[in-house]
Amino acid sequence: MSTRLKSGGRLIDRSAPLDFTFNGKRLRGCAGDTLASALLANDQMLLGRSFKYHRPRGLVASGAEEPNALVNLGQGARLEPNQRTTTTELFDGLEARSQNHWPSLDFDVGVVNNYAARLLPGGFYYKTFIHPRAAWKHFFEPIIRHSAGLGSAPKDRDADRYEQAYAFCDLLIVGGGVAGLQAALVAGRAGARVWLVEQTAHWGGRAPVDGDVVGGMPAADWVEAAVLELSAMDNVTLRLRCMAAGSYDHGYVLLDEKLADHTPGDGRPRHRLWRMRVGKILAATGAIERPLSFAGNDIPGVMLAGAVRDYAVNWAVSPGDRTVVVTNNDDAYRTAIVLKEAGLEVAAVIDARNIANGPLPERARALGIRVETGRAIARVKGGKRVEAVEICQQAGEGAASTTLSCDAVAMSGGWSPVVHLWSHCGGKLIWDESEAMFRPDATRPPLHADGTAMVLCAGAANGALRQAVADADAQVKIALQALGFEAESEEVPAHDVADESALEPVWIMPQGAGIALRSKMWLDFQNDVKVSDVQLAAREGYESVEHTKRYTTLGMATDQGKLSNINGLAVLADSLNAQIPQVGTTTFRPPYTPVPLGALAGEARGEIFQPLRKTPMHDWHQQNGAYFEPVGHWRRPYCFQRPGETPEQAVHREVKNTREALGLLDASTLGKIIVKGPDAGRFLDMLYTGVMSTLPIGKCRYGLMCNEQGFLSDDGVVARIDADTWLCHTTSGGADRIHAWMEDWLQCEWWDWQVFTANVTEQYAQVAVVGPNARKLLESLGGMDVSKEALPFMHWADGTLGGFACRVYRISFSGELSYEIAVPASQGAAFWALLHKAGAAFGAMPYGTEALHVMRAEKGFIMIGDETDGTIIPQDLGLDWAISKKKPDYLGKRGQERSFLANPDRWKLVGFETLDGSVIEDGAYIPEHGVNANNQRRVQGRVTSTYHSPTLGRGIAMGLLRQGPARMGEVVEFTRMDGGVTPARVVDPVFFDKDGEKQNV
Amino acid sequence: MLILSCPYCGIDAEETELAPGGEAHLKRFGPGSDDDAFEAYMFARKNPKGVHFERWRHAYGCGKWFLAARCTATLEVFGTYPAQSTEPPVEIVEKIKAKRPEWKGFS
Amino acid sequence: MSDPVSALQGASYDGFAQLREIGPLGMITLRAKAGTPGLEAAVQAATGCAMPQMRRIVRQGPCAAGWMSPDELLLILPYADVAGALARIGEALQGQHHLAVDVSDARAVFRIEGAKADQVLRKLSPVDFDRLEPNELRRSRAAQVAAAFWAEEGGFTLVCFRSVAGYVMGLLSVSARPGAEL
Ligand SMILES: [Zn+2]
Repeated sequence: MSTRLKSGGRLIDRSAPLDFTFNGKRLRGCAGDTLASALLANDQMLLGRSFKYHRPRGLVASGAEEPNALVNLGQGARLEPNQRTTTTELFDGLEARSQNHWPSLDFDVGVVNNYAARLLPGGFYYKTFIHPRAAWKHFFEPIIRHSAGLGSAPKDRDADRYEQAYAFCDLLIVGGGVAGLQAALVAGRAGARVWLVEQTAHWGGRAPVDGDVVGGMPAADWVEAAVLELSAMDNVTLRLRCMAAGSYDHGYVLLDEKLADHTPGDGRPRHRLWRMRVGKILAATGAIERPLSFAGNDIPGVMLAGAVRDYAVNWAVSPGDRTVVVTNNDDAYRTAIVLKEAGLEVAAVIDARNIANGPLPERARALGIRVETGRAIARVKGGKRVEAVEICQQAGEGAASTTLSCDAVAMSGGWSPVVHLWSHCGGKLIWDESEAMFRPDATRPPLHADGTAMVLCAGAANGALRQAVADADAQVKIALQALGFEAESEEVPAHDVADESALEPVWIMPQGAGIALRSKMWLDFQNDVKVSDVQLAAREGYESVEHTKRYTTLGMATDQGKLSNINGLAVLADSLNAQIPQVGTTTFRPPYTPVPLGALAGEARGEIFQPLRKTPMHDWHQQNGAYFEPVGHWRRPYCFQRPGETPEQAVHREVKNTREALGLLDASTLGKIIVKGPDAGRFLDMLYTGVMSTLPIGKCRYGLMCNEQGFLSDDGVVARIDADTWLCHTTSGGADRIHAWMEDWLQCEWWDWQVFTANVTEQYAQVAVVGPNARKLLESLGGMDVSKEALPFMHWADGTLGGFACRVYRISFSGELSYEIAVPASQGAAFWALLHKAGAAFGAMPYGTEALHVMRAEKGFIMIGDETDGTIIPQDLGLDWAISKKKPDYLGKRGQERSFLANPDRWKLVGFETLDGSVIEDGAYIPEHGVNANNQRRVQGRVTSTYHSPTLGRGIAMGLLRQGPARMGEVVEFTRMDGGVTPARVVDPVFFDKDGEKQNV
Repeated sequence: MLILSCPYCGIDAEETELAPGGEAHLKRFGPGSDDDAFEAYMFARKNPKGVHFERWRHAYGCGKWFLAARCTATLEVFGTYPAQSTEPPVEIVEKIKAKRPEWKGFS
Repeated sequence: MSDPVSALQGASYDGFAQLREIGPLGMITLRAKAGTPGLEAAVQAATGCAMPQMRRIVRQGPCAAGWMSPDELLLILPYADVAGALARIGEALQGQHHLAVDVSDARAVFRIEGAKADQVLRKLSPVDFDRLEPNELRRSRAAQVAAAFWAEEGGFTLVCFRSVAGYVMGLLSVSARPGAEL
């Protein structure tokens, strides 16, 4: 059984017990525990089920590489699935539940998949996707959906908060082991702006566990002194629980800092995502131990040798009473020695090498540990827990000679550098024959903006498995020199570790294992990929490692190759009769370990999910029944609902009231751009299809803007303010875009023209006062002459109304007598209130965007975005009158001259009147007989705007129809969602007041 | 995510502060141009793997358009310069030639 | 004319830094090419300030002149003085190509104060605050909207567009919540 040892545990505080539950069972750990160490201390070895076969799974590792022990953490609004027990710090009241099993962890129905393993070989998903289709839909998918998958998705809104922050530094050092600390000391002393981040809650990494001696003192003491010195440096920032998730172009790094995972609900953000820009990244990210591939290597109790050592030394937890160590290298002997010295039994060290006589094996022998060389594990016996191992010759086919009873197996296949940050942005690797590992190729680094190396690796991450401090010292000095800092010449602290003799690559144990054994050798514990799966893929022709990865799912998901990568590659290479470097490695992708979606969203949730633009009258709208709609980022009232009204009824009331009495519209969102200068008129003549330079001062003119292809882009009324100043109105959504468009041409094409622009959209609140009583209201306010004579249609004037300084435009988008009045935004709410107060006597009501749309449609006015979609030229909409024939050039003129735009068969704007008065459906098409080349039904037109007209008491519509204007009076049929058709007559798009008498009074 | 230095205000702006504007040094063809010239102006873009010249606007900043020379394969930036340039400045061309001897030059 | 009201009417929030919407402030966008004759005189006449260098803001009593781009200045002055200042600018730049326009109401202005005021902004803008120089006017973004800010009197002054004042106040408040110090 696994249990807490009576003494030891460098990270735990036995005087501070913490209560927690696992699957409802009350358990106890202590401060400093991870959830994994606390579970082990409580003899909870079985922690989950595997993804595909539902085999029992326990802890394999002690850190971020753990593939199995993922749990659902918390519940309700704090439920977080797939949390690694090895990286979860224990806290009082923690609730964990195992996942991927049903109905219970101990008795799991899905385990039948294990017996049906032959049905789920490598490439299973692809094969069943392809044929037969019905089998996938009715058989495989329901079973897999029920039995596969990891944790359960939270259903409640996340109770925690998250944030992001930006940071900048010269040198980001990732990894707080002795390599990272040494690098930070050198860089800090050199005066560089340094960040040192460590993903766990502790500094020092493996060195204190392995008993290294640094600078003449125990590693733990050296680490403490280093942290103390670094803490005193103003130019060094230290962060624990901070994981470098990914490195990206031009020195961009994302870091996930766990602030309150271990103190939930303490008011702090749960995670903080740092968005960092760095001069260089120094990846001192260490190495990860490789499993060995022997049959039954996934049975709970089989763990990495380094992890077994970690549990014993750091948390005083023994994974078993009697452990077998199996290895191809000297390092694993440290585990045997640690266990023996902790008073535990080591059944044997099974060493695949024929000779093991380095200092560590010798020391193990001296402690009385049985060492078996040239031997291998043929198979592990046990179900939910290791019971024994069968021993055989490594060189043989697996005929067992001995059975050793044990309840834990500590395996080591050597170590692989953690090169993720190096590889994320394109750093290349080379194969290191002596250590059987890929390590960074310093001649092919990922590049920064200036073309120099962006990432350097240091210590074990650089392949220096045993001289980490010296390597880090050398690498940081290279980085500092490139950054322009001079490192002080100080002696490199000696890093004393026991000598180790060479490892011997072992990719399958035993070497000649047959299919029965190979199909029980797990390469990827999380994704349930076995040696036999990769071999099958190779036989089926998957030669590319990237294809094999996807076909077998090897190293996918959260593993990202941490444990499975090298062993899988080696097996693939062997199957292809190729060398490992020829097969190459898969691409490591960010994040290194998963980052919560909440952290990626940061502050952008709830009220501030995205910017909402509000006009000065927004509060009034909100208090007066506004039913809002988004227009760009603006929120505009669609209508103002009165009690008992539907939005539709409100719109009808607003239209009728505006046509019969007086309507008030908040038009503040309309874009307003000032264009000024000696060349402003010339510039606007290029920008608009019409002529603006000749517009007299005091007058307004409607204008169209097109892109260079000739397609309509925006429209609005332009007012001539003075000799060299124009004010251009744009659509509500278009102000920023059109302002940028103007600046683009002024800066990049006609930079010698003397023109300045200013976007003053938000400087003004603008109100449209519309309807037969509009003038009466303004006259009652007093202050300026708004008569037909003083202020005719399409004129503007400055003055005051009711004491408010304002500019009044006689323009109309409704066909009614209409004034658009601009006042400073800071006066907008007061002016709006005054209009309502004074307007009550004239029947004033506010109206929203839908009434505006209905009224403009009744008048046949186009709306950018309704009648246009980026493929429509003004000529399609019958707007030839707004295009100057005389001008030699304007933006879009050449585009409009393209032959296909002159085709008489183009769809052109017309009006539609339904025969029965009903409303044509939004988006309806006008089909015709026959099919096109794609066997789709032919169409000859579509509706662009369709409304019920309260004024006319019937449905009206505008739309585009092939040769439309030539087909007046013809009846066409529009599609309906229910499959029927709506017949409608082609008519003039101006439905109301064709002669424009009402607006011109 | 790129960083480009704005030649107008000196800020090393990150990509989120910039707006992209496509290929630089296009010549506008207006009325009177033939179909081929107009098509090339409107639609034909170089899209090289290697040295490329682009338009960027310091949108969340000084608002100015500028031009950037960079390698589309390695993302190395050779330099940025004002939009009021009909071709890349000599010093940037020299720098590119030094770093990319195989480059055939601006055309 | 009623009293001008700022977008949020002086909203405030106290977290680990103190936030206040201030204003309305008088603001003028002045566009003219550097070296335009009379430009320095115009800035002087409107604000009493010298011409700011690139990315700098020059302050003088209640007034300031900030560099926004090679041909744009932001002039800050008491709200009531804008009309007079525009007239003086017009005189000083008579006959010169320029554009001076009142943008006082197009903006919202916030003060972020306290020893950790910078931390509020470090969460919102991709700006290296360690390298922000005294009297540097930085234009960037605050989360998803444009913003300009500078350090001033124990804190920062931040300017954004009026329509997004509520959004920016929300951003600042969330960022300044106690317990979220960097
Ligand atoms: Zn700039």
